[in-house]
Amino acid sequence: MAHSAVGVIFSNIHDENIPELSRHRTMASIPYGGRYRLIDFALSNMVNAGITTVGVVTKYNYQSLLDHLGSGKDWDLARKDGGIILLPPYSDETDTPYNNRLEALKGITGFLNHRNEEYVVISDCDGIAHIDIADIIAYHEEKGADITMAYHEEAGKIDQSYFLTFAANETGRIEEVQISPKTTATSKSNVYINIMVINREFLLNIIQDAVTRGLTSFGKDILTKQVDSLKLYAYHFSGYYAGINSLQKYFQHSMELLDKKTRDELFGARDIYTKVRDSAPSKYADDVIVKNSLISDGCVIEGTVENCILFRGVKIGKGSVIRNSIIMQDSVIGVGVELDSVITDKNVVIRDRRHLAGCAELPFFIGKGRMI
Amino acid sequence: MQRKKECVAMLLAGGQGSRLYALTNNIAKPAVAFGGKYRIIDFPLSNCINSGIDTVGVLTQYEPLELNEYIGNGQPWDLDRAFGGVHILSPYQAKKKSSWFEGTANAIYQNMAFMQKYNPEYVLILSGDHIYKMDYAAMLKAHKATGADCTIAAIEVPMKEASRFGILNTNEDGSIYQFEEKPKQPKSNLASMGIYIFTASKLFKYLTEDDANPNSSKDFGKDVLPAMLNAGEKMYSYRFSGYWKDVGTISSLWEANMDLLGENPAFDVGDPDWKIHSRNPLAPPEYIGDTAHVNNSLVSLGCEVEGTVINSILSSNVVIEEGAEVVDSVLMAGTVVKSGAKVVYSIVDENTVIEGGAVVGEDKDTGNGIAVLGRNITIGSGVKVAGGQILDKDYKGE
Repeated sequence: MAHSAVGVIFSNIHDENIPELSRHRTMASIPYGGRYRLIDFALSNMVNAGITTVGVVTKYNYQSLLDHLGSGKDWDLARKDGGIILLPPYSDETDTPYNNRLEALKGITGFLNHRNEEYVVISDCDGIAHIDIADIIAYHEEKGADITMAYHEEAGKIDQSYFLTFAANETGRIEEVQISPKTTATSKSNVYINIMVINREFLLNIIQDAVTRGLTSFGKDILTKQVDSLKLYAYHFSGYYAGINSLQKYFQHSMELLDKKTRDELFGARDIYTKVRDSAPSKYADDVIVKNSLISDGCVIEGTVENCILFRGVKIGKGSVIRNSIIMQDSVIGVGVELDSVITDKNVVIRDRRHLAGCAELPFFIGKGRMI
Repeated sequence: MQRKKECVAMLLAGGQGSRLYALTNNIAKPAVAFGGKYRIIDFPLSNCINSGIDTVGVLTQYEPLELNEYIGNGQPWDLDRAFGGVHILSPYQAKKKSSWFEGTANAIYQNMAFMQKYNPEYVLILSGDHIYKMDYAAMLKAHKATGADCTIAAIEVPMKEASRFGILNTNEDGSIYQFEEKPKQPKSNLASMGIYIFTASKLFKYLTEDDANPNSSKDFGKDVLPAMLNAGEKMYSYRFSGYWKDVGTISSLWEANMDLLGENPAFDVGDPDWKIHSRNPLAPPEYIGDTAHVNNSLVSLGCEVEGTVINSILSSNVVIEEGAEVVDSVLMAGTVVKSGAKVVYSIVDENTVIEGGAVVGEDKDTGNGIAVLGRNITIGSGVKVAGGQILDKDYKGE
């Protein structure tokens, strides 16, 4: 029963992977897919599983996240009991804000102590997936696990600075956890996708134990070293998963949304909730060419748009040709502009007749609010 | 101290809208979809909140279920309030008598207790069948400035259409000396918009008197306003010159939708200074495919367009398959136009499916009128629906 679970979302973890987009915001509030922020996917997975209390752990740069979440009503999480509870870092004069996941968890023991749900679902924001959390909880109960960790299979070399892989036996019990092992073009890895289910009391014990013993890393000190004594289970997720761990991956996975199969899987069966903005329907002028693109509400298109993702309120001027690009909220593209493989952050202005191009491997990035 | 609201709005939303035919078979007129993502009632409700009026009674009677569900707790319009907010007021059974709302004035009279709870100084009466943006706060300011007992919003209409409206004959200072309901020979072209601000005490007095009058038809335009004028109350017109469109007929609903299109649209729903709030669909951005051709149109969230769309309005989650063609039409949420089908000069209600090769409607130059398809029906493959035809059941041809 999902009501027996409380959610915890880490909004800042892995920010450093994608500095371009997280410079002014948390990982959680990075815009994605035209009208979403990364946290919408993690939050919607929880809400769709019937979870009604979600703690969002923040550290810094969380103004945009506060603005996005508001009271939580757009996720149906404005509740008297529970709902969205923001958990900013806890520190006093002698203490600095947390530096790792264990310290962050230590900072929210008050929140965890006050809940009475049996399980905690812990999720990061850097993975895009439509995953049935109720099913992970059912699996967790069936196995009588202490911790159940979701993974997906990844073939080939993994180009990432930090990730966990595991080896499980035929019952699903994890026998070995490795931190960023060497991978090759032919390797197949079970990569942790940063969603775990853990018994709440058990989690509180781990945190207490870590404090007394001076442990600092959830991955290094607990998962890898205590794999024999803990009942760790692996949950296989076989659906579409997009890990956002670099600007290039961000670009590549965003463009996968132009594929109907990806859209159907992410948006088809269940709703993805996001902040409502009350924009008008998008407007297409006479003689425009729009092909293979996702267009959000409030856009006004007077030029050519091909293989693009336009966020809410974007304006494309006459005679402009925008290809293979991601244009974020309220950006204004002037007249006669040509863009190819460009990512503009929010509120960017491209003046008339500018030509800019990047490439698929290295999209040209324009920071928030800049004018070119 | 008793809390109070300076101005309470009462929105008449009980009308059947019979001239919208199949579109109002099961829903009240104010719940009819408009402009892609809106419903007609979004406009008066947005005007209220944008004018700082946060207490609105919505009077429903005809087929209220969908309208009630749409309004819900009023949150999309910021009208979910601890004191005030939006409230659905339906006819009720009372100890002594129970009755349906008999006329516009009777509907308001029956909900006197609702208004009095807020102890208002002014009451704003609105109807739920027009598309417009209006600052009621400016009108209220004018009402206070003239010291009127009743202020009626008025707009100039073409002289030849004036006999369709309630016409205000006014002095130079805007005060009204005569009120003529649908006159055969109108003296002026200043038409009442059906938007009234009353000084609350006067409204309550005249509604009570009107209710006691057995000869009254219990209508604002026919009974209450003339009674006030005859009694010498101060009545003023308030001139409005912006876009205002009645969407009570198929052709006016179609025209109002088309007024949203073009480089400088007659009516701009995207105005950042006067947002139109609505209950938003939960849908991803629309997808425009490789074979699509979209010109001079509004497209809403969740649409999948692979075909041709020209001069049209698509509500959320509409599917236009490859090779399908939609011209000069208004398609409401969830409509599917399959490959090779053609929809011309038509209004298609929610979740209707047009099978491959079907042709719905005829070019508007033929003069045969707008084809209308009701909700949740299927038009069989290869079938032809003539211009001006109205269907509310599955249709597989003769």
